[in-house]
This record gives sequence, structure tokens and C-alpha cells, in this order.
Amino acid sequence: MAALSSATGAPPDLEARAVIKRFGAHVAVDNLSFSVARGSFFSILGPSGCGKTTLLRMIAGFIAPDAGDIQIGGRSMAGVAPNRRPVNMVFQHLALFPMMNVGENVAFGLARRGVARAERNRKADAMLERVGLGGASGKRVDELSGGQRQRVAIARSLVLEPTLLLLDEPLGALDLKLREHMKIELKQLQSAFGTTFVYITHDQSEALVLSDHVGVMNRGHFEQLGTPQELYYAPATPFVAAFVGANNRMAGKASAVNGELVDVATSAGWQIRARRHGPVATGAAVEAFVRPEAATIARTSAELAALPGQMVHEGDVESLLFDGANSAVLVRELKSRFEFRIALPQTGRYADLKVGERISFSFDPERAACFAAPSAHA
Amino acid sequence: MLEATATAAWHRRLMLGLLLAPALIWLFALIVLPHLDLALLSFRESVAPRQYVPSLTQYRTFFVEPLYWHVFARTAILSAIATALTLLIAFPVAWTIAKLARGRMGALLFVVCLIPFWVSETVRTLGWMILLRESGVLPAFLAHLGVTHGPIELLYHDATILVGLVYTSLLFMVVPLVGSLESLDNSLIEAAYDLGSGGFAILRKIVIPHAAPGITAGCIVVFMLTLGNYLTPTLLGGKNSLWFTEQIYSQFITRFNWEQGAAFGFLLLALSTAMVWFGLKLSGQRFSDVMRRT
Repeated sequence: MAALSSATGAPPDLEARAVIKRFGAHVAVDNLSFSVARGSFFSILGPSGCGKTTLLRMIAGFIAPDAGDIQIGGRSMAGVAPNRRPVNMVFQHLALFPMMNVGENVAFGLARRGVARAERNRKADAMLERVGLGGASGKRVDELSGGQRQRVAIARSLVLEPTLLLLDEPLGALDLKLREHMKIELKQLQSAFGTTFVYITHDQSEALVLSDHVGVMNRGHFEQLGTPQELYYAPATPFVAAFVGANNRMAGKASAVNGELVDVATSAGWQIRARRHGPVATGAAVEAFVRPEAATIARTSAELAALPGQMVHEGDVESLLFDGANSAVLVRELKSRFEFRIALPQTGRYADLKVGERISFSFDPERAACFAAPSAHA
Repeated sequence: MLEATATAAWHRRLMLGLLLAPALIWLFALIVLPHLDLALLSFRESVAPRQYVPSLTQYRTFFVEPLYWHVFARTAILSAIATALTLLIAFPVAWTIAKLARGRMGALLFVVCLIPFWVSETVRTLGWMILLRESGVLPAFLAHLGVTHGPIELLYHDATILVGLVYTSLLFMVVPLVGSLESLDNSLIEAAYDLGSGGFAILRKIVIPHAAPGITAGCIVVFMLTLGNYLTPTLLGGKNSLWFTEQIYSQFITRFNWEQGAAFGFLLLALSTAMVWFGLKLSGQRFSDVMRRT
């Protein structure tokens, strides 16, 4: 797996070496190795049950790996209890202590380290100031809004100056508007503090917006580890292509392979062309992916004739999904009746599109991805 | 229209009154009235057969006669010790049921705690007597092992009374404790652990503050049950038990001095009220919060 050590040569803040964790017959984390560079924002993205929580809890020390080693700041964590690790965690539901006020929550870890009361109050107040909650230390936890609690939970961990901050889907419980806001805030906090963040989420948008690097996790292993741009534009596996970002997914057979380009006959009987990712043999089962924004829509096929090397398809507008700049249209392809999603240009040129209207569309085969279909286990 | 609403409201009130009636009648006829009568009794003195005058003599006797207030203080102290012991024993049990046992195991453990209560208290206490008396099972066993030279009498000690009282009270401590520990979010414990706490700090800073209403509720119930217990101290402590309820019993039944017995009864009521108030103050709990836990 790709090493992400920074150029400075410092040891990575987190390094997992062939970590395995089984629960009975179920392998939750399957021989996983990766490293996270100092000061970076690393996300582990995956559907529920993929083993990401298990991995995070192993890093925090709540469960021990069956095999392999986890190193934090260059030191093996084997046999080190959670309260002795240079790691702190922001819990899914934050787990602020309701029996203490905000200041006591933030000073809790310092008190456990035996820091004198005056000193820890000063540090807690300074930390609250830094996260924009100056003067809130006397408040009760339940007097705070969701976003403020979030910041208290982060302050409570960061005041201990951990090597690594673990975040367990902390935005999951927030409403959408606040979640968007907290995403930006988290990113700003991370760059302001320079602490290494390890963030787990099932929300690909969170992972893409926040992270320097993302590991896409499925069935206990990483499908791909890379920058958000790599995951989006160069997915390594069909799973990543389907999981990261919106995608039109079509299963079929490779009817012809011409160098990098594959002609795909979908199971519904539609002919498309896509770029090959990995080896694809003629006649083999394949999966093709086309991003909604890779397709161009036109009222007449003549408008699309100017685009060389692109097949022109026709379809009827099935439904309009208006969402401002993210507006899209679902098109029923004429021959195969396949439902294809196309992003509408932001110029508003197609704002008057009607359901049932006949349109033409095409996409650049270079921007469509074709994978050999994963074997039977998928 | 207005009339109709008024009638509906009246109906609702009548319904509420009818539903509450049995409880109110019970409360008034069986608790308030007898207590008023006892209060009147305790403030009078018999000067000649069938002649009574209002007086504080009954209460004065309590303070003048050392036996009475010695027994009173002894009962209070032993009850407090029994309550503390019950808490110490019940806490790990409740923790196991609430946090460690999975699925049906928790329910099973709960039933195990409950089983002794299927048998009447008298039978249970007699069971202890069979185990502990000089010719009983445990002394014979100890003698057989060579721990003691011969069978010894294990009944009629203060420790025996405490064993009996703790045994009787355990369930009443476990129930509120399980309730308050179950409501403790495990992630709070993990967060405290993650932030550098050891086991003792987690217990002191997170678990006990969270469970405080349950702990207080359990202690109040157990203390009151213990203070007012008659059977266990009498049977297991014998003549030396010197439990205050026995003093009350002997005033009412043996000496037929109802005035004195009533005064003792009120002193015991005052004691338990004072101890509960003191306990609430000490633990910083509010009575209403605690009662919601019981």
C-alpha cells in the first residue's frame, strides 16, 4: 500500500502493519497496512460494516488486533492501554460529560495528568478561545448547540496535544446545514492546529472535502488509498467508482477491446464505449461507469456531431432533479430503457427542459471507466 | 357550547377523582388517621386509671433513660453500616447486570437476585438460623475443617444481624442501581478512559456522579427498611439485639404502655426523616430526582 510519509523524513504519525482483527468467523479488518503523514487529514471511507470502526477502535486501543502492529509517532502500541496512548478520540455522539460544565469537560484530561487546577483552567480557557467558545467554560453542556458541542469535544481532545486525533463520524448526528458548516470548520481547525486527524465516515462528500488522503474501505481492506482527486477521477476498482461520487453504473460484456477503449454491450442491450481500467478481455463480463457531469446533453443530435469519437445516444427525459448548481436530469435511454443520470450545465440553458422531452446525449469514452466485473464474491 | 365544555371538564375531574379514590382512602384511613391518633397518644400521660393529661413525659423518658437512647443510637448506627455494606455488595452485582452481562444473562442474574424473595422473610431468616446456630451447618463445617476447636455459636452477634439485614436488603439496592447504571452511556466511560483516566478515576468522576440518584434512592430505601425491620434483628440477634423496633413492640405489647410506644414510634420516624434529609444534603441530590429512580 502507498506510503504517505512526508518529505521531511519524520516517522509517520500513524502506521499500521498487516493488522488483522477477527470476530468469530468474520474478518473485520483484513491484513491492513497503511501510514499517515504528520499533520495530514486522513479519512477512512466505507459503508457501514466495512470494519472502519473496528480499525479506529484498535488505533484508540479499545480493542487489540489479532495480528500485526500499530505504531503511533514511531512507537508500537502493542499492550498500551487507551489512557496511555498519545491519541484522543472524538466520539460519534461526542460523549461530553453531562455531569460537568464545559470548562471541566475540557480540563478533564489535564486533571487526570495531574496538572494543577489554576494551570488547567488557564489551558482549558485558552483552548475554548481557540475554537471560538471563549467565555463558555461555565456553561452546562446541554446549553450548547450541536455545533458548539462538537467544538467542545474537539477542544477536550486537542488540549492534551495528542499525536493523533481520531474522529468517529462526529458529523453524523447533525442536521444537513450544520453538517456542511462543520465540515469547513473541521478543516480549518485541523490546519490551524496542525494535528494529524484520522477521520472515519460513510459519507463520501465529507471524506472528499476534508481529507488530504482517503482510504476507501470495503470488507476489511482498502480498495484504494489516495487523494480525493485520485479516487474521483481514477478509481482503482468498481467499488470505489460506485461508492465515491455519483456514477451511472452499467453491467455488460466487452464486445470489442481496441487498445485502451472497450466497446461494452450492456445487459439491457445498449452499446457504449469506455476507457479500460486494468486488463479487460474481449467477451468478459465488465462494469462501466459514467459520471453524470461527463455526459453532454443536447436537444438535437446535430449539436453533438461536433464532438469527435463520441457515440450519440437518444433518450426521453424521465425526471428533472433541480438542485441549483447540482441539478441533474434522469434520461431513459431509447433502446435499452436504461435510466441514465446527466448533470445539467450551470448556465441554465436547459432550465426549461420538460419531462417526456426527447433529447440526445453523449459522453467522452476517455472519461467513462470500464472494469472487469469483480468475481463471484461481489 | 360553554355549558358543554364545563360539563366535559366536570366529567374529567369526576373521573380523576374516582380513579384516585382507592389510593386516597387508603392513604387517609390507614396512614394519616392512625398517625394522628398516635401523635395524640404520644403527647399524653396517664395520671390515674382512664385519666389522661397532655404531657411531654413520654419524650422526656426517652432522654432520661440511657437504655432507650442507647438502643436508638445503636439502631441508627447499625442501620447505616448495613446500608453501606449493602451498597458495597450491590454495586458490583448491579454493574455486572447492567454493563457486563449480555442479552438474557442480565435477566437471569436479576432473577437470581429475586429468587430469595419468593420465600417469606420469616422462612428466610429461619434458614439463616439453621445455618448459623451452634448445632447448625456452618459451625459444624468450621469445626470439621479445624478452623475452630468445636462448634461455636454464630447467632446472636451484631455481625449476624448485619449479615441478615444486608441479605434482606440487597435486592432493594440492586434494582435502582441497575436502572441508573444502565442509563450510563458506555461511550462516556470510553471517553474518560481515552482522556487518560484509570479505573478509579472513571468510577469517581463518571460512574458515581451519574449513578448518584440511584445510589441515594437505594440507600434511602434500604436504610428505612433496615431501621424499621423487626424480624431479622430479633431472630438473628436474640435478646442482645437491642433493636429500637423491639423497644416499641415491648411498650405496646408487653408493657401495654401505648403512650410510650407511640412516642418511640415518632422518634424513629423523626430519625429516618432526619437521616434521609442528611443523606440528600450530603450527596447533593434532590428528593424528586431520587424518587423518580425508585
